[in-house]
Amino acid sequence: MLSSAFPRIVSRVGAGVKPLSKARFSTSSSNSTPFLASKTAITSSTLLAGGSLIWYNHLYGLNSLLPEASANSAAENGMHPTKQPFEHYGPFETFNHASIRRGYQVYREVCSACHSLDRIAWRNLVGVSHTVDEVKAMAEEVEYTDGPNDEGEMFQRPGKLADYMPAPYPNEEAARAGNGGGLPPDLSLIVKARHGAADYIYSLLTGYCDPPAGVKLADGMNYNPYFPGGGIAMARVLFDGLVEYDDGTPATTSQMAKDVTVFLNWAAEPEHDQRKKMGLQALMILSTLTAISLYVKRFKWSYLKTRKIVYDPPKPARHGPL
Amino acid sequence: MSRVHDLIYNTFFKRNSAFVATCFVGAFAFQISFDLGTTAWWDYHNRGKQWKDLRAKYIQAGDSAEE
Repeated sequence: MLSSAFPRIVSRVGAGVKPLSKARFSTSSSNSTPFLASKTAITSSTLLAGGSLIWYNHLYGLNSLLPEASANSAAENGMHPTKQPFEHYGPFETFNHASIRRGYQVYREVCSACHSLDRIAWRNLVGVSHTVDEVKAMAEEVEYTDGPNDEGEMFQRPGKLADYMPAPYPNEEAARAGNGGGLPPDLSLIVKARHGAADYIYSLLTGYCDPPAGVKLADGMNYNPYFPGGGIAMARVLFDGLVEYDDGTPATTSQMAKDVTVFLNWAAEPEHDQRKKMGLQALMILSTLTAISLYVKRFKWSYLKTRKIVYDPPKPARHGPL
Repeated sequence: MSRVHDLIYNTFFKRNSAFVATCFVGAFAFQISFDLGTTAWWDYHNRGKQWKDLRAKYIQAGDSAEE
């Protein structure tokens, strides 16, 4: 069978064991072993099978091929978030900065009661969502501890542009004590730190509902199908009309969730707009250069590719050997 | 045609100094024009979404703001 499909292979393999004259001209012969039955084939296929098993187990764990019983249901991993039509999705789309501005307002008035935003300084908002005077005024409303002064004492002063966003709790223990044992995570990189990114944050904020029948929640927990395990210490916080936007946008739950998600996405990826623009420019230049270099290569090689080599054998001697 | 060709050759290619200067000035001019062109398209594509489109709404007359 193999010999009819790959006569050349069989004849080459057979060439080792058979006289050359026979192997050269016969595609199959009754007394030669087929390649699939050879020791080489058996050894290599055994090695391949064993090796791939070892590799698979190395990747996915020793019991990955065995049936396993699990107390988990799919709900334990959290529901997959729906893909939302965010305006910054797509290779050439910037953030909607009006949305970042509204999202900052939602963060400041709602989220910042429990969640810190350690990695964002006031100055980061300048030229992104607020003017420099607005940010200066907002920073000055917060008291920061600075010092030491000439007498070696710490003192309070109003915030400056270079200060980072104030944290709601001085340390993790205080945060846990204030929230029934749950630690509100820092939101600076939360969009990057969760599967589903912005879609997940939006779904989580809008996804609170009553627990389905049979689901028991621990004390002080709330049910959210998007949160792995279902029980989340944070309660639903966004309700229609909770904040009042200064640009007149109706503050519905989904609007606030969208805006704060965009704001947090900006906080996690402040380079986002610039990155996409530079990516566009780099792709344009690099693809042009690639096309040029391919053309130049073909141009330079065309002489080699199209030349014809002719063998002109020496003429036989008129009087050959006797 | 041949006169134009000669003119171009004599102006830009014949002397090495002129050729190198052409390369440098050309690179400079291309970079600026490419940047202006892509930025114009980018701003058109993302009109209404960027801060520069919103800034006028929040800046007050007489502000010292630069951004």
